[in-house]
Amino acid sequence: MSEATVADTRRLNSKPQDLTDAYGPPSNFLEIDVFDPQTIGVGRNRFTTYEVRMKTNLPIFKLKESCVRRRYSDFEWLKNELERDSKIVVPPLPGKALKRQLPFRGDEGIFEESFIEERRAGLEQFINRIAGHPLAQNERCLHMFLQDESIDRNYIPGKV
Amino acid sequence: MSFFSFGQSAEIDVVLNDAETRKKAEHKTEDGKKDKYFLFYDGETVSGKVNVTLKNPGKRLEHQGIKIEFIGQIELYYDRGNHHEFVSLVKDLARPGEMAQSQTFDFEFTHVEKPYESYTGQNVKLRYFLRATISRRLNDISKEMDIVVHTLSTYPELNSSIKMEVGIEDCLHIEFEYNKSKYHLKDVIVGKIYFLLVRIKIKHMEIDIIKRETTGTGTNVYHENDTIAKYEIMDGAPVRGESIPIRLFLAGYEMTPTMRDVNKKFSVRYYLNLVLIDEEERRYFKQQEITLWRKGDIVRKSMSHQAAIASQRFEGSASAEKALSQAKEDDN
Repeated sequence: MSEATVADTRRLNSKPQDLTDAYGPPSNFLEIDVFDPQTIGVGRNRFTTYEVRMKTNLPIFKLKESCVRRRYSDFEWLKNELERDSKIVVPPLPGKALKRQLPFRGDEGIFEESFIEERRAGLEQFINRIAGHPLAQNERCLHMFLQDESIDRNYIPGKV
Repeated sequence: MSFFSFGQSAEIDVVLNDAETRKKAEHKTEDGKKDKYFLFYDGETVSGKVNVTLKNPGKRLEHQGIKIEFIGQIELYYDRGNHHEFVSLVKDLARPGEMAQSQTFDFEFTHVEKPYESYTGQNVKLRYFLRATISRRLNDISKEMDIVVHTLSTYPELNSSIKMEVGIEDCLHIEFEYNKSKYHLKDVIVGKIYFLLVRIKIKHMEIDIIKRETTGTGTNVYHENDTIAKYEIMDGAPVRGESIPIRLFLAGYEMTPTMRDVNKKFSVRYYLNLVLIDEEERRYFKQQEITLWRKGDIVRKSMSHQAAIASQRFEGSASAEKALSQAKEDDN
C-alpha cells in the first residue's frame, strides 16, 4: 500500500452564496459626517457647533438616519464616558487649543476658519472610529450622543 | 585549560564507521547559524573509532583511563549549570596506564534509544553527542561530536478536521474549517472561512503560524511566542455567504514537530491564528492548536504509479481505477 506523495489541495466544499447577499447592500453600512460649523453667540460667549449626521443599517442603532448639533465639549464628554465605562482604548480628540483662547492674538483664535476646519476633520475621524467599535456600540452614551436631540448629562450610564 | 606542558599531549577525535554513507541534516545552532550533522533515528546503532594521536613522538602519555560516552541532554538557558541527561551511555576504551604510541579504539553503542528530537530553541536546547575523554590527573583531554536526531511518525489513524463557529454577538459571525488537526512538516493546510454575519468593515484577513516554546514547571512557566508565518488570505470586504479558501504550504517554513512536555522540561507547540483586521486597524482573532509531525522519506514508486494517483484528483475515480491497475501491472 503506497502513500500518495501528491497532497490533496482541492478546495473544501462550500455553500453557494445567495445572490441577494452577494449583490445586495452590505450589512455594515455606517457613515457619519461632521460638517457645517456654526459659531453662535457674541464676544466672549461664543462657541462653535457642528452638525453630526449619521446614516446606517446596523440594527443596534434605533434610527437609521439621524442629525444632531454638537460642540467640542460634547465630544469631550463622550470620550470621558467611554474611557470610564467601556474597556476600549478611546482614540484621541483633536487638540483643545488652549493657547488659541488666550487674549491678544493676532487672529480669531479658536474661531479662525482654518482651525475650525482642522478641528472638524479631527472630530469626524474620532466619531467614525468610535461608532464602528463593537464594544462602543453597546454604550448608552454613544447612542445618546449620535441620535438624541440633546445630551442629558444626568443620564444613567449603562449598556444598550 | 592549558598549562605549560612538559609532558606528553594528545589529540583525540571521533569518526563514525558509516561517515561515508550516513545522511546529514541541517540544524540551527544557538547563535542562529546553520550547520550539518550526521542524522540518526531512534534505535539505530552508533559505532565508530576513537583516534588518539600523540603530539610528541617518543614520549609516553600517562592517563587515568580513556572512555567514550553517548549523551542525550536538555539544557535550559536560564539554568546552564544543570544539564538534564536523559540518555547516558559509556564505553571504557582503555584502563589507566601509559600510551607509547598513537592508537585507535573501536566502539559501538548498540540500538541506542533516542526518544526525543534534537531541538535548539530560544530558551532551551536538546542535543545528542558523543564525547571521547582521556582522563588525566590535572586536566582531561576530550572531544565532543554532536549528532542530530529526528523523530518520525506515520499517518495518524485519527485525524479529524477542525470546524468551529466563532464571533462577536450581532457584529461578526464566521465559521472556519481546517481539513486536518495533525499535519506533517511538508503538508498543506486546506481550509475555508465562511462568513455568516458581517456588521463590521473588514479590510483584510490573514492566517499566522505561531510557535510557542514553553519552559519551566509549576509557577515558573515561561512562554516564548514566535510568529513563523503571516499569510494574507483575503484582501477586501466580505459579505454574508462568502467563502474564502485557505491553502497554506507548510514546506516553506522552518518548523519542528510538536513536542509535548519533553522529559517534563519543555514543550514546543504550534498554533494557527486567524486574524481579521477592520478599517480602523482593530484586530479580531481566533487561535487554534495544530499538531505537527515528521514523515519519513518513502522509497519512490515508479512514475506511472504516481501519475495514476495524481489523475485521481482531476478525472474522478472510474478512469483512475483503470489507470492505477494499469500502472500496477506495468510495475510487475
